[in-house]
Amino acid sequence: MEQTIRSGVYKLLEKVGDQVNFFFSFLRHLFRKGFEWNEFIRQCFIIGYKSFPLIAITGFILGFVLTLQSLPTLKDFGATSYVPGMVSVSVVREIGPVIIALISAGKVASSIGAELGSMKVSEQISAMEVSSADPIQYLVVTRILACTLMIPLLTMIADAISLFGGFIGSNLDNKVSLHLYFNKAFKALAFSDLIPGFLKTIFFGFAIGFIGCYHGYNSNKGTESVGYAANSAVVSASLWIIILDGIAVQLTNIFAYS
Amino acid sequence: MQTELTIENKQSTDIEINGDNVVIEIEHLQKSFGEKEVLKDINLTLHKGENLVVLGRSGQGKSVAIQCVVGLLDYDSGSLKVFGKEIQELDDEELKDIRLKLGFLFQSGALYDSMTVRENLSFPLTRVLKMKDENEATRNVEDVLEAVGLKDAIDKMPSDLSGGMRKRIGLARTLILKPEIMLYDEPTTGLDPITSREISQLIIDLRKKYQTSSIIITHDMACAKITGDRIMVLNDGKFIAEGSYEDLEKSQNELVRSFFK
Repeated sequence: MEQTIRSGVYKLLEKVGDQVNFFFSFLRHLFRKGFEWNEFIRQCFIIGYKSFPLIAITGFILGFVLTLQSLPTLKDFGATSYVPGMVSVSVVREIGPVIIALISAGKVASSIGAELGSMKVSEQISAMEVSSADPIQYLVVTRILACTLMIPLLTMIADAISLFGGFIGSNLDNKVSLHLYFNKAFKALAFSDLIPGFLKTIFFGFAIGFIGCYHGYNSNKGTESVGYAANSAVVSASLWIIILDGIAVQLTNIFAYS
Repeated sequence: MQTELTIENKQSTDIEINGDNVVIEIEHLQKSFGEKEVLKDINLTLHKGENLVVLGRSGQGKSVAIQCVVGLLDYDSGSLKVFGKEIQELDDEELKDIRLKLGFLFQSGALYDSMTVRENLSFPLTRVLKMKDENEATRNVEDVLEAVGLKDAIDKMPSDLSGGMRKRIGLARTLILKPEIMLYDEPTTGLDPITSREISQLIIDLRKKYQTSSIIITHDMACAKITGDRIMVLNDGKFIAEGSYEDLEKSQNELVRSFFK
Protein backbone atom coordinates (compact mmCIF):
# COMPACT_ATOMS: atom_id res chain seq x y z
CA MET A 1 0.00 0.00 0.00
CA GLU A 2 2.72 2.41 1.12
CA GLN A 3 4.82 1.37 -1.88
CA THR A 4 1.92 2.07 -4.26
CA ILE A 5 1.35 5.53 -2.80
CA ARG A 6 5.08 6.29 -2.94
CA SER A 7 5.41 5.21 -6.57
CA GLY A 8 2.26 7.19 -7.42
CA VAL A 9 3.72 10.31 -5.84
CA TYR A 10 7.04 9.77 -7.65
CA LYS A 11 5.23 9.42 -10.98
CA LEU A 12 3.21 12.56 -10.33
CA LEU A 13 6.32 14.55 -9.39
CA GLU A 14 8.11 13.21 -12.46
CA LYS A 15 5.23 14.38 -14.67
CA VAL A 16 5.17 17.82 -13.05
CA GLY A 17 8.95 18.07 -13.54
CA ASP A 18 8.57 17.04 -17.18
CA GLN A 19 5.92 19.69 -17.77
CA VAL A 20 8.00 22.40 -16.10
CA ASN A 21 10.97 21.33 -18.21
CA PHE A 22 8.82 21.44 -21.36
CA PHE A 23 7.56 24.91 -20.42
CA PHE A 24 11.11 26.26 -20.03
CA SER A 25 12.10 24.59 -23.28
CA PHE A 26 9.18 26.43 -24.94
CA LEU A 27 10.32 29.73 -23.42
CA ARG A 28 13.93 29.21 -24.56
CA HIS A 29 12.84 28.47 -28.13
CA LEU A 30 10.28 31.27 -28.18
CA PHE A 31 13.00 33.91 -28.21
CA ARG A 32 15.37 32.11 -30.57
CA LYS A 33 16.17 33.51 -33.99
CA GLY A 34 14.24 32.28 -37.02
CA PHE A 35 10.61 32.33 -35.88
CA GLU A 36 8.53 30.04 -38.12
CA TRP A 37 6.04 32.62 -39.44
CA ASN A 38 4.64 30.43 -42.21
CA GLU A 39 3.92 27.54 -39.87
CA PHE A 40 2.46 29.95 -37.30
CA ILE A 41 0.04 31.39 -39.89
CA ARG A 42 -0.86 27.87 -41.06
CA GLN A 43 -1.64 26.88 -37.47
CA CYS A 44 -3.72 30.05 -36.95
CA PHE A 45 -5.71 29.05 -40.04
CA ILE A 46 -6.20 25.47 -38.81
CA ILE A 47 -7.00 26.39 -35.20
CA GLY A 48 -8.96 29.57 -35.90
CA TYR A 49 -10.67 29.37 -39.27
CA LYS A 50 -11.33 25.62 -39.24
CA SER A 51 -12.82 25.74 -35.74
CA PHE A 52 -15.11 28.61 -36.63
CA PRO A 53 -18.23 26.61 -37.69
CA LEU A 54 -18.17 24.54 -34.49
CA ILE A 55 -17.60 27.60 -32.33
CA ALA A 56 -20.34 29.57 -34.14
CA ILE A 57 -22.95 26.83 -33.68
CA THR A 58 -21.97 26.36 -30.02
CA GLY A 59 -22.14 30.09 -29.35
CA PHE A 60 -25.54 30.44 -31.03
CA ILE A 61 -27.07 27.52 -29.13
CA LEU A 62 -25.56 28.80 -25.87
CA GLY A 63 -27.37 32.15 -26.08
CA PHE A 64 -30.53 30.62 -27.53
CA VAL A 65 -30.87 27.95 -24.83
CA LEU A 66 -29.93 30.30 -21.99
CA THR A 67 -32.71 32.65 -23.11
CA LEU A 68 -35.32 29.92 -23.49
CA GLN A 69 -34.48 28.42 -20.10
CA SER A 70 -34.63 31.69 -18.18
CA LEU A 71 -37.60 33.32 -19.95
CA PRO A 72 -40.38 31.40 -18.11
CA THR A 73 -38.97 32.21 -14.65
CA LEU A 74 -38.30 35.86 -15.49
CA LYS A 75 -41.81 36.12 -17.01
CA ASP A 76 -43.30 35.11 -13.63
CA PHE A 77 -41.59 38.14 -12.08
CA GLY A 78 -42.40 40.39 -15.05
CA ALA A 79 -38.71 40.80 -15.67
CA THR A 80 -38.35 39.67 -19.30
CA SER A 81 -36.70 42.97 -20.15
CA TYR A 82 -33.69 41.81 -18.13
CA VAL A 83 -33.08 38.84 -20.45
CA PRO A 84 -30.58 40.62 -22.79
CA GLY A 85 -28.55 41.91 -19.84
CA MET A 86 -28.59 38.55 -18.09
CA VAL A 87 -27.50 36.71 -21.26
CA SER A 88 -24.75 39.19 -22.06
CA VAL A 89 -23.25 39.27 -18.55
CA SER A 90 -23.34 35.50 -18.05
CA VAL A 91 -22.03 34.72 -21.55
CA VAL A 92 -19.26 37.33 -21.64
CA ARG A 93 -18.10 36.93 -18.08
CA GLU A 94 -18.27 33.19 -17.57
CA ILE A 95 -20.16 30.76 -19.80
CA GLY A 96 -18.77 31.90 -23.16
CA PRO A 97 -15.04 31.69 -22.30
CA VAL A 98 -15.37 28.40 -20.40
CA ILE A 99 -17.63 26.56 -22.86
CA ILE A 100 -15.66 27.73 -25.91
CA ALA A 101 -12.40 26.75 -24.20
CA LEU A 102 -13.78 23.29 -23.35
CA ILE A 103 -15.05 22.80 -26.90
CA SER A 104 -11.65 23.94 -28.22
CA ALA A 105 -9.90 21.56 -25.84
CA GLY A 106 -11.89 18.73 -27.44
CA LYS A 107 -11.16 19.85 -30.97
CA VAL A 108 -7.76 21.55 -30.90
CA ALA A 109 -5.87 19.90 -28.02
CA SER A 110 -6.85 16.43 -29.25
CA SER A 111 -5.80 17.17 -32.82
CA ILE A 112 -2.45 18.66 -31.72
CA GLY A 113 -1.88 15.70 -29.37
CA ALA A 114 -2.71 13.17 -32.08
CA GLU A 115 -0.70 14.98 -34.78
CA LEU A 116 2.48 15.34 -32.73
CA GLY A 117 1.97 11.87 -31.27
CA SER A 118 1.83 10.29 -34.71
CA MET A 119 4.86 12.35 -35.78
CA LYS A 120 6.70 10.95 -32.78
CA VAL A 121 5.63 7.37 -33.53
CA SER A 122 6.61 7.64 -37.19
CA GLU A 123 9.99 9.13 -36.15
CA GLN A 124 9.35 12.44 -37.93
CA ILE A 125 10.30 14.41 -34.82
CA SER A 126 13.51 12.37 -34.45
CA ALA A 127 14.23 13.02 -38.14
CA MET A 128 13.98 16.77 -37.51
CA GLU A 129 16.27 16.48 -34.50
CA VAL A 130 18.99 14.49 -36.26
CA SER A 131 18.97 16.85 -39.22
CA SER A 132 19.79 19.68 -36.76
CA ALA A 133 16.42 21.36 -37.43
CA ASP A 134 14.56 22.53 -34.34
CA PRO A 135 11.32 20.59 -33.76
CA ILE A 136 10.35 22.60 -30.66
CA GLN A 137 10.58 25.87 -32.57
CA TYR A 138 8.80 24.52 -35.64
CA LEU A 139 6.12 22.34 -34.04
CA VAL A 140 5.61 23.46 -30.45
CA VAL A 141 6.18 27.23 -30.35
CA THR A 142 3.98 27.86 -33.40
CA ARG A 143 1.08 25.74 -32.12
CA ILE A 144 1.09 27.17 -28.60
CA LEU A 145 1.22 30.76 -29.88
CA ALA A 146 -1.48 30.09 -32.46
CA CYS A 147 -3.76 28.72 -29.72
CA THR A 148 -2.97 31.66 -27.42
CA LEU A 149 -3.97 34.07 -30.19
CA MET A 150 -6.91 32.25 -31.78
CA ILE A 151 -8.86 30.99 -28.73
CA PRO A 152 -9.52 34.55 -27.42
CA LEU A 153 -10.59 35.64 -30.93
CA LEU A 154 -12.89 32.63 -31.29
CA THR A 155 -14.37 33.34 -27.86
CA MET A 156 -15.10 36.98 -28.78
CA ILE A 157 -16.84 35.87 -31.97
CA ALA A 158 -18.75 33.15 -30.10
CA ASP A 159 -19.87 35.70 -27.47
CA ALA A 160 -21.28 37.95 -30.21
CA ILE A 161 -23.04 35.02 -31.91
CA SER A 162 -24.35 33.93 -28.53
CA LEU A 163 -26.02 37.32 -28.03
CA PHE A 164 -27.59 36.93 -31.44
CA GLY A 165 -28.82 33.47 -30.38
CA GLY A 166 -30.34 35.12 -27.30
CA PHE A 167 -32.06 37.67 -29.56
CA ILE A 168 -33.60 34.89 -31.67
CA GLY A 169 -34.69 33.08 -28.47
CA SER A 170 -36.34 36.22 -27.13
CA ASN A 171 -38.16 36.75 -30.41
CA LEU A 172 -39.83 33.37 -30.25
CA ASP A 173 -41.96 34.74 -27.43
CA ASN A 174 -42.26 38.50 -27.93
CA LYS A 175 -41.14 40.83 -30.62
CA VAL A 176 -37.94 42.66 -29.65
CA SER A 177 -36.00 44.77 -32.13
CA LEU A 178 -32.36 43.92 -32.74
CA HIS A 179 -31.36 47.46 -31.82
CA LEU A 180 -33.22 47.39 -28.50
CA TYR A 181 -31.96 43.91 -27.63
CA PHE A 182 -28.29 44.75 -28.21
CA ASN A 183 -28.68 48.14 -26.56
CA LYS A 184 -29.92 46.44 -23.39
CA ALA A 185 -27.29 43.70 -23.65
CA PHE A 186 -24.36 46.13 -23.91
CA LYS A 187 -25.78 48.46 -21.26
CA ALA A 188 -25.58 45.65 -18.73
CA LEU A 189 -21.90 45.05 -19.48
CA ALA A 190 -19.07 46.85 -17.70
CA PHE A 191 -15.33 46.76 -18.37
CA SER A 192 -15.00 44.68 -15.22
CA ASP A 193 -17.00 41.98 -17.09
CA LEU A 194 -15.25 42.30 -20.44
CA ILE A 195 -11.59 42.47 -19.41
CA PRO A 196 -11.39 39.50 -17.00
CA GLY A 197 -13.55 37.48 -19.42
CA PHE A 198 -11.11 38.26 -22.24
CA LEU A 199 -7.90 37.90 -20.23
CA LYS A 200 -8.70 34.42 -19.02
CA THR A 201 -9.25 33.19 -22.58
CA ILE A 202 -5.58 33.99 -23.28
CA PHE A 203 -4.59 31.61 -20.48
CA PHE A 204 -7.13 29.03 -21.67
CA GLY A 205 -5.65 29.23 -25.18
CA PHE A 206 -2.13 28.81 -23.84
CA ALA A 207 -3.20 25.83 -21.72
CA ILE A 208 -4.89 24.14 -24.71
CA GLY A 209 -1.83 24.57 -26.93
CA PHE A 210 0.68 23.69 -24.25
CA ILE A 211 -1.10 20.56 -22.99
CA GLY A 212 -1.78 19.34 -26.55
CA CYS A 213 1.86 19.81 -27.52
CA TYR A 214 3.19 18.31 -24.28
CA HIS A 215 1.18 15.09 -24.58
CA GLY A 216 1.84 14.71 -28.31
CA TYR A 217 5.55 15.52 -28.15
CA ASN A 218 6.15 13.20 -25.20
CA SER A 219 4.05 10.27 -26.34
CA ASN A 220 5.58 6.81 -26.35
CA LYS A 221 6.58 4.93 -29.45
CA GLY A 222 3.56 2.84 -30.41
CA THR A 223 0.33 3.39 -32.31
CA GLU A 224 -1.65 3.00 -29.09
CA SER A 225 0.15 6.00 -27.63
CA VAL A 226 -1.28 8.29 -30.34
CA GLY A 227 -4.80 7.67 -29.05
CA TYR A 228 -3.57 7.99 -25.49
CA ALA A 229 -1.84 11.31 -26.31
CA ALA A 230 -5.03 12.72 -27.88
CA ASN A 231 -7.20 11.50 -25.04
CA SER A 232 -4.96 12.71 -22.22
CA ALA A 233 -4.52 16.06 -24.00
CA VAL A 234 -8.31 16.64 -23.90
CA VAL A 235 -8.70 15.47 -20.30
CA SER A 236 -5.74 17.48 -18.97
CA ALA A 237 -6.59 20.60 -20.99
CA SER A 238 -10.21 20.50 -19.77
CA LEU A 239 -9.05 20.09 -16.19
CA TRP A 240 -6.63 23.00 -16.55
CA ILE A 241 -9.39 25.19 -17.99
CA ILE A 242 -11.57 24.53 -14.95
CA ILE A 243 -8.66 25.17 -12.54
CA LEU A 244 -7.63 28.37 -14.35
CA ASP A 245 -11.25 29.54 -14.36
CA GLY A 246 -11.47 29.03 -10.61
CA ILE A 247 -8.30 31.09 -10.13
CA ALA A 248 -9.52 33.76 -12.57
CA VAL A 249 -12.86 34.13 -10.75
CA GLN A 250 -11.08 34.53 -7.41
CA LEU A 251 -8.68 37.13 -8.84
CA THR A 252 -11.53 38.99 -10.55
CA ASN A 253 -13.47 39.12 -7.29
CA ILE A 254 -10.41 40.46 -5.49
CA PHE A 255 -9.33 43.08 -8.04
CA ALA A 256 -12.43 44.04 -10.02
CA TYR A 257 -15.25 43.93 -7.47
CA SER A 258 -13.54 44.69 -4.18
CA MET B 1 10.14 -5.56 -68.08
CA GLN B 2 13.66 -6.33 -67.03
CA THR B 3 13.84 -6.95 -63.31
CA GLU B 4 17.39 -8.24 -62.98
CA LEU B 5 19.80 -5.83 -61.43
CA THR B 6 23.50 -5.69 -61.88
CA ILE B 7 25.17 -5.32 -58.53
CA GLU B 8 28.37 -3.38 -58.80
CA ASN B 9 31.38 -4.55 -56.94
CA LYS B 10 31.40 -2.78 -53.56
CA GLN B 11 35.15 -3.35 -53.26
CA SER B 12 35.75 -0.73 -55.91
CA THR B 13 36.11 1.94 -53.22
CA ASP B 14 39.53 1.76 -51.62
CA ILE B 15 39.40 1.95 -47.87
CA GLU B 16 42.53 2.48 -45.96
CA ILE B 17 41.94 0.99 -42.52
CA ASN B 18 44.28 2.47 -39.97
CA GLY B 19 44.03 4.36 -36.68
CA ASP B 20 44.19 7.79 -38.37
CA ASN B 21 41.01 7.61 -40.38
CA VAL B 22 38.56 6.48 -37.70
CA VAL B 23 35.36 8.52 -37.89
CA ILE B 24 33.33 6.74 -35.20
CA GLU B 25 34.87 5.05 -32.19
CA ILE B 26 32.76 3.26 -29.58
CA GLU B 27 34.31 1.68 -26.49
CA HIS B 28 32.56 -0.35 -23.78
CA LEU B 29 29.22 1.32 -24.47
CA GLN B 30 26.38 0.38 -22.13
CA LYS B 31 22.72 1.33 -22.27
CA SER B 32 19.79 0.12 -20.18
CA PHE B 33 16.08 0.86 -20.21
CA GLY B 34 15.01 0.45 -16.58
CA GLU B 35 16.02 -3.05 -15.55
CA LYS B 36 16.63 -4.20 -19.12
CA GLU B 37 20.25 -4.00 -20.20
CA VAL B 38 20.13 -3.54 -23.98
CA LEU B 39 23.75 -2.71 -24.80
CA LYS B 40 26.19 -4.50 -22.48
CA ASP B 41 29.63 -3.88 -23.93
CA ILE B 42 29.75 -2.42 -27.41
CA ASN B 43 33.09 -1.79 -29.09
CA LEU B 44 33.16 -0.55 -32.68
CA THR B 45 35.23 1.57 -35.03
CA LEU B 46 34.12 2.96 -38.37
CA HIS B 47 36.78 4.06 -40.81
CA LYS B 48 36.52 6.77 -43.45
CA GLY B 49 34.88 5.46 -46.62
CA GLU B 50 33.92 2.14 -45.03
CA ASN B 51 30.52 0.43 -45.11
CA LEU B 52 30.07 -1.41 -41.85
CA VAL B 53 27.07 -3.72 -41.53
CA VAL B 54 25.70 -4.48 -38.06
CA LEU B 55 23.80 -7.72 -38.19
CA GLY B 56 21.59 -9.11 -35.48
CA ARG B 57 18.17 -10.46 -34.62
CA SER B 58 15.33 -8.08 -33.75
CA GLY B 59 15.48 -6.56 -30.28
CA GLN B 60 19.24 -6.95 -29.82
CA GLY B 61 19.90 -3.21 -29.58
CA LYS B 62 21.14 -2.44 -33.11
CA SER B 63 18.93 0.62 -33.54
CA VAL B 64 19.62 1.74 -29.97
CA ALA B 65 23.35 1.77 -30.75
CA ILE B 66 23.01 4.10 -33.76
CA GLN B 67 20.51 6.30 -31.94
CA CYS B 68 23.23 6.81 -29.32
CA VAL B 69 25.61 7.84 -32.13
CA VAL B 70 23.34 10.73 -33.23
CA GLY B 71 22.52 11.74 -29.67
CA LEU B 72 18.87 10.71 -29.82
CA LEU B 73 19.50 8.47 -26.80
CA ASP B 74 21.88 8.99 -23.89
CA TYR B 75 24.15 6.07 -23.02
CA ASP B 76 24.84 5.01 -19.44
CA SER B 77 28.59 4.43 -19.61
CA GLY B 78 31.47 3.90 -22.00
CA SER B 79 32.78 6.17 -24.70
CA LEU B 80 31.25 7.18 -28.04
CA LYS B 81 33.34 9.50 -30.20
CA VAL B 82 32.31 10.91 -33.56
CA PHE B 83 35.17 12.68 -35.37
CA GLY B 84 37.08 12.44 -32.09
CA LYS B 85 34.41 14.22 -30.03
CA GLU B 86 32.64 12.51 -27.15
CA ILE B 87 28.94 12.81 -28.03
CA GLN B 88 27.63 13.13 -24.50
CA GLU B 89 30.03 15.94 -23.62
CA LEU B 90 28.85 18.22 -26.43
CA ASP B 91 26.63 21.23 -25.82
CA ASP B 92 23.59 21.90 -28.03
CA GLU B 93 25.48 23.89 -30.66
CA GLU B 94 28.35 21.38 -30.90
CA LEU B 95 25.86 18.51 -31.19
CA LYS B 96 24.11 20.41 -34.01
CA ASP B 97 27.45 20.75 -35.83
CA ILE B 98 28.20 17.04 -35.46
CA ARG B 99 24.69 16.11 -36.58
CA LEU B 100 25.25 18.12 -39.76
CA LYS B 101 27.98 15.63 -40.64
CA LEU B 102 25.74 12.65 -39.87
CA GLY B 103 22.88 11.39 -41.99
CA PHE B 104 20.26 9.05 -40.54
CA LEU B 105 17.87 7.01 -42.65
CA PHE B 106 14.98 5.86 -40.47
CA GLN B 107 13.28 2.51 -40.95
CA SER B 108 10.08 4.15 -42.20
CA GLY B 109 11.78 6.97 -44.10
CA ALA B 110 10.20 9.38 -41.55
CA LEU B 111 8.95 11.79 -44.22
CA TYR B 112 6.97 14.79 -42.94
CA ASP B 113 3.37 13.82 -43.77
CA SER B 114 2.02 17.34 -44.18
CA MET B 115 4.67 18.39 -46.72
CA THR B 116 5.27 17.54 -50.37
CA VAL B 117 8.52 15.84 -51.39
CA ARG B 118 9.90 19.24 -52.44
CA GLU B 119 9.06 20.76 -49.03
CA ASN B 120 10.46 17.71 -47.23
CA LEU B 121 13.77 18.17 -48.98
CA SER B 122 13.82 21.97 -48.72
CA PHE B 123 13.11 21.81 -44.99
CA PRO B 124 16.70 21.08 -43.87
CA LEU B 125 18.08 23.50 -46.47
CA THR B 126 16.06 26.47 -45.25
CA ARG B 127 16.14 25.65 -41.53
CA VAL B 128 19.61 24.24 -41.10
CA LEU B 129 21.70 25.75 -43.91
CA LYS B 130 19.53 28.92 -43.86
CA MET B 131 19.36 28.88 -47.67
CA LYS B 132 17.33 31.90 -48.79
CA ASP B 133 17.54 31.58 -52.58
CA GLU B 134 14.55 29.51 -53.74
CA ASN B 135 16.14 28.67 -57.11
CA GLU B 136 19.26 27.36 -55.44
CA ALA B 137 17.16 25.25 -53.05
CA THR B 138 15.17 23.81 -55.98
CA ARG B 139 18.41 23.00 -57.83
CA ASN B 140 19.71 21.15 -54.77
CA VAL B 141 16.42 19.28 -54.35
CA GLU B 142 16.39 18.24 -58.02
CA ASP B 143 20.02 17.12 -57.91
CA VAL B 144 19.54 14.89 -54.91
CA LEU B 145 16.25 13.50 -56.26
CA GLU B 146 18.08 12.62 -59.45
CA ALA B 147 20.71 10.81 -57.41
CA VAL B 148 18.03 8.57 -55.87
CA GLY B 149 16.20 8.21 -59.20
CA LEU B 150 12.96 9.96 -58.21
CA LYS B 151 13.01 13.34 -59.92
CA ASP B 152 9.40 12.94 -61.05
CA ALA B 153 8.12 12.62 -57.48
CA ILE B 154 9.05 16.19 -56.55
CA ASP B 155 5.50 17.47 -56.07
CA LYS B 156 3.97 14.31 -54.64
CA MET B 157 2.78 13.91 -51.06
CA PRO B 158 4.38 11.15 -48.94
CA SER B 159 1.03 9.32 -48.83
CA ASP B 160 1.23 8.89 -52.63
CA LEU B 161 4.58 7.08 -52.45
CA SER B 162 5.34 3.37 -52.09
CA GLY B 163 7.51 2.02 -49.25
CA GLY B 164 10.62 1.89 -51.44
CA MET B 165 10.03 5.40 -52.77
CA ARG B 166 9.59 6.74 -49.23
CA LYS B 167 12.95 5.27 -48.26
CA ARG B 168 14.61 6.80 -51.33
CA ILE B 169 13.10 10.21 -50.54
CA GLY B 170 14.15 9.83 -46.90
CA LEU B 171 17.64 9.07 -48.15
CA ALA B 172 17.55 12.09 -50.45
CA ARG B 173 16.48 14.35 -47.56
CA THR B 174 19.43 13.10 -45.56
CA LEU B 175 21.90 13.46 -48.43
CA ILE B 176 20.87 17.01 -49.22
CA LEU B 177 22.95 18.18 -46.24
CA LYS B 178 25.96 16.30 -47.67
CA PRO B 179 26.76 14.21 -44.59
CA GLU B 180 30.13 12.52 -44.16
CA ILE B 181 28.69 9.54 -42.27
CA MET B 182 25.44 7.74 -43.12
CA LEU B 183 23.56 5.65 -40.57
CA TYR B 184 20.99 3.31 -42.13
CA ASP B 185 18.40 1.79 -39.79
CA GLU B 186 17.16 -1.35 -41.56
CA PRO B 187 17.03 0.22 -45.02
CA THR B 188 15.43 -2.79 -46.71
CA THR B 189 12.93 -3.90 -44.07
CA GLY B 190 9.41 -4.31 -45.43
CA LEU B 191 10.48 -4.14 -49.07
CA ASP B 192 10.21 -6.79 -51.76
CA PRO B 193 13.48 -8.48 -52.83
CA ILE B 194 13.83 -6.43 -56.03
CA THR B 195 13.32 -3.07 -54.29
CA SER B 196 15.64 -4.26 -51.49
CA ARG B 197 18.39 -4.90 -54.03
CA GLU B 198 17.75 -1.50 -55.61
CA ILE B 199 18.12 0.20 -52.22
CA SER B 200 21.28 -1.81 -51.46
CA GLN B 201 22.74 -0.80 -54.81
CA LEU B 202 21.78 2.80 -54.12
CA ILE B 203 23.74 2.68 -50.85
CA ILE B 204 26.82 1.58 -52.82
CA ASP B 205 26.29 4.23 -55.52
CA LEU B 206 25.79 7.01 -53.00
CA ARG B 207 28.92 6.06 -51.11
CA LYS B 208 30.85 6.53 -54.35
CA LYS B 209 29.11 9.77 -55.26
CA TYR B 210 29.12 11.46 -51.85
CA GLN B 211 32.24 9.78 -50.36
CA THR B 212 30.36 8.72 -47.23
CA SER B 213 31.22 6.23 -44.51
CA SER B 214 28.24 4.17 -43.37
CA ILE B 215 26.87 1.98 -40.63
CA ILE B 216 24.09 -0.22 -41.99
CA ILE B 217 21.83 -1.90 -39.46
CA THR B 218 20.08 -4.87 -40.97
CA HIS B 219 19.04 -8.48 -40.67
CA ASP B 220 18.67 -8.80 -44.44
CA MET B 221 21.55 -11.00 -45.59
CA ALA B 222 21.27 -9.93 -49.23
CA CYS B 223 21.66 -6.29 -48.17
CA ALA B 224 24.58 -7.20 -45.90
CA LYS B 225 26.32 -9.04 -48.75
CA ILE B 226 25.84 -6.23 -51.25
CA THR B 227 26.68 -3.28 -49.04
CA GLY B 228 29.06 -4.47 -46.31
CA ASP B 229 32.85 -4.15 -46.43
CA ARG B 230 32.87 -5.51 -42.91
CA ILE B 231 30.12 -7.17 -40.91
CA MET B 232 29.70 -7.25 -37.13
CA VAL B 233 27.16 -9.54 -35.48
CA LEU B 234 25.36 -8.24 -32.40
CA ASN B 235 23.77 -10.61 -29.93
CA ASP B 236 22.57 -10.04 -26.38
CA GLY B 237 24.10 -6.55 -26.18
CA LYS B 238 27.60 -7.56 -27.39
CA PHE B 239 29.34 -8.14 -30.71
CA ILE B 240 30.01 -11.84 -31.09
CA ALA B 241 31.66 -11.94 -34.52
CA GLU B 242 33.35 -9.64 -37.03
CA GLY B 243 34.65 -10.11 -40.56
CA SER B 244 33.79 -10.05 -44.22
CA TYR B 245 30.66 -11.75 -45.51
CA GLU B 246 32.76 -14.64 -46.77
CA ASP B 247 34.59 -15.01 -43.43
CA LEU B 248 31.39 -15.08 -41.40
CA GLU B 249 29.79 -17.55 -43.77
CA LYS B 250 32.41 -20.02 -42.62
CA SER B 251 32.08 -19.14 -38.92
CA GLN B 252 31.98 -21.93 -36.35
CA ASN B 253 29.53 -19.97 -34.21
CA GLU B 254 26.08 -21.54 -34.45
CA LEU B 255 24.21 -18.22 -34.21
CA VAL B 256 26.37 -16.53 -36.86
CA ARG B 257 25.94 -19.49 -39.20
CA SER B 258 22.17 -19.41 -38.70
CA PHE B 259 22.04 -16.03 -40.49
CA PHE B 260 23.48 -17.62 -43.63
CA LYS B 261 21.06 -20.56 -43.79
